[in-house]
Amino acid sequence: MPRDLTGPDARGWFGPYGGRHVPETLMAPLEELEREFRRAWRDPAFRREFESQLRDYVGRPTPLDFAERFSQRVGARVYLKREDLCHTGAHKINNALGQVLLARRMGKRRVIAETGAGQHGVATATMAARFGLECVVYMGRVDMERQALNVVRMRMLGARVVPVTAGQQTLKEAISEAMRDWVTNVRTTHYVLGTVFGAHPYPMMVREFQSVIGREARRQILAAEKRLPTLLVACVGGGSNAMGLFAPFLRDRGVAMVGVEAGGRGIRPGQHAARFAAGRPGVLQGARTLVLQDRHGQILPTHSVSAGLDYAAVGPEHVLLHELGRARYTWVSDSTAIRGFETLARLEGILPALESAHAIGWLLTRRAKLRRSDVVIVNLSGRGDKDVQQLAERRLSGIAGG
Amino acid sequence: MSDRLRALFDRLRANNRAAFITYIAAGDPTPARTADYVRELVAHGADIVELGLAFSDPLADGPVNAAAAERALRAGATLPVVLDLVRSIRRTLDIPIVLYSYLNPLLAPGFGRAMRRISAAGVDGVLILDLPADEAAPYLPDLRRAGVAPIFLVAPTSTDERMRRIARAADGFVYCVSRTGVTGARRTWSADARVVLRRMRRHTALPLALGFGISSPDQATEAARWADAVVVGSALVERLARMERGEEAPGAVWAWVGAMADAIHSARRSSPP
Repeated sequence: MPRDLTGPDARGWFGPYGGRHVPETLMAPLEELEREFRRAWRDPAFRREFESQLRDYVGRPTPLDFAERFSQRVGARVYLKREDLCHTGAHKINNALGQVLLARRMGKRRVIAETGAGQHGVATATMAARFGLECVVYMGRVDMERQALNVVRMRMLGARVVPVTAGQQTLKEAISEAMRDWVTNVRTTHYVLGTVFGAHPYPMMVREFQSVIGREARRQILAAEKRLPTLLVACVGGGSNAMGLFAPFLRDRGVAMVGVEAGGRGIRPGQHAARFAAGRPGVLQGARTLVLQDRHGQILPTHSVSAGLDYAAVGPEHVLLHELGRARYTWVSDSTAIRGFETLARLEGILPALESAHAIGWLLTRRAKLRRSDVVIVNLSGRGDKDVQQLAERRLSGIAGG
Repeated sequence: MSDRLRALFDRLRANNRAAFITYIAAGDPTPARTADYVRELVAHGADIVELGLAFSDPLADGPVNAAAAERALRAGATLPVVLDLVRSIRRTLDIPIVLYSYLNPLLAPGFGRAMRRISAAGVDGVLILDLPADEAAPYLPDLRRAGVAPIFLVAPTSTDERMRRIARAADGFVYCVSRTGVTGARRTWSADARVVLRRMRRHTALPLALGFGISSPDQATEAARWADAVVVGSALVERLARMERGEEAPGAVWAWVGAMADAIHSARRSSPP
């Protein structure tokens, strides 16, 4: 086993979280997927292909960009890990590339994906186009409206985008619908799950594909500052961009880590997606983890201005990191995230995705606590073009604070 | 195994008959209507009643059952309400009752407590769609103590090693899925069905039920020749929903249930294998 596979255990558990809670039909395919992933990840030819596509097609390594004016604003040395400069505009492509290469290796001719903000859908459609696979993307109808640009992009890339109209019509329902497709077409289809969530081996596999973020950032910060950072900050929906940044730093004890969740309109049932603030252990869509639920175990609706964070559960490894005290999880409201978006636009000329803007917004609230000597890396997980229209409409209707 | 399930399968085996298992969502459209349905189903030949405890995110279910679960949740069909329903059914009926659900609604009150309560209400077995045998070990002692039979799915994709694991954990009966996919009626019959039954038979002496997609008396007859029990779910849920909307006469629905029961009960006599 490669040295960088730090968990989970052989049965897919991160302590008491994770596992494989799926219908029997998917169990043998998940076992096969795990075997194939482990084999591929040990295979130098697979790794070479993954790395050369990351370099030449995705555009890696992405810069670690010192944000001078933003640093002055918050009173610490802040570097942005520029995942927004990846091909297709977000970190999601790292994982989509890995999984599509794996699907091809497994002889699957068809890939499916769920998407919330649309970035994972676009990334999967992109890789499917590049490798000539059929692609179907499930997306909640509400998300299709607020991320209309990404729907158009996916269709241009040749993917079929299927609206999901069940429940609250966002990411959770899109995952259920993708799992229904997979359970039906499992012999021909690979499910490209977009985050460190779901049944084993997805949380482990997606972390491995995304860990390129943290490996680069670690090398880059050592080159720039001649020392490790004091703090890592990332937004957490399912948690793949955070896990990708955190994983290569887990053994560096002096490096603090903060995951920022969507506080939406405030921590009241149905108004947010802050699982660490209000979730209880439960089982959803394959994993035992923290889940926003009522006292009867029914999943609560969620709200966030950012479609990518608008989800009732969180990747199981994050819950273990929280319990071990290795990472801390907090939340900011919609309006703080929008303030983060606008601040970064004006101070650095970067429009961040509303998801990443949660990490930026949180730093703005930490000004009093940060020291000049602090070296902070923020994962700028995606670019905000997809959110421009939504923010413009919000501004017109007078909802936006800043 | 629960006494009711064992007694039923012993009796049916002695008569060379397959069991007719009917699935409906508890509380769809209301708990009171569900109680009426159960009495009608039993009057028209159902041998085992499977009641769905609704979950907000039923990822193993197709659109028909998912819609039924949504209606049941709107009608307030939480675990306490469903257990009241079971108790009211139990006052007049002694047939086996199986609860069909997902893990999370059963974890919410504490799994051990949930099992004691469903057992006390008169439930004989539980089928938890997102609890495969691999993850069942922490839950089996609670099930055993409560006297609730753990029923597991076997799928066409299950390997022999998986079938052995399922056979070790299972009790009551084993639910064989006739094809890959979610719940829901299908017109075409899968060749997988017979293969999965034959393979699973090598690993267990427990009764084997066959389900997922059985919607016509002809399919039911065929299934009953191979399996010890035949499950009819989505097709029934769909017809009851049409009946509630006034699109189908109650007489026609119950006549169809009777025809399904006859097809299953007489399958082995009408044409010897």
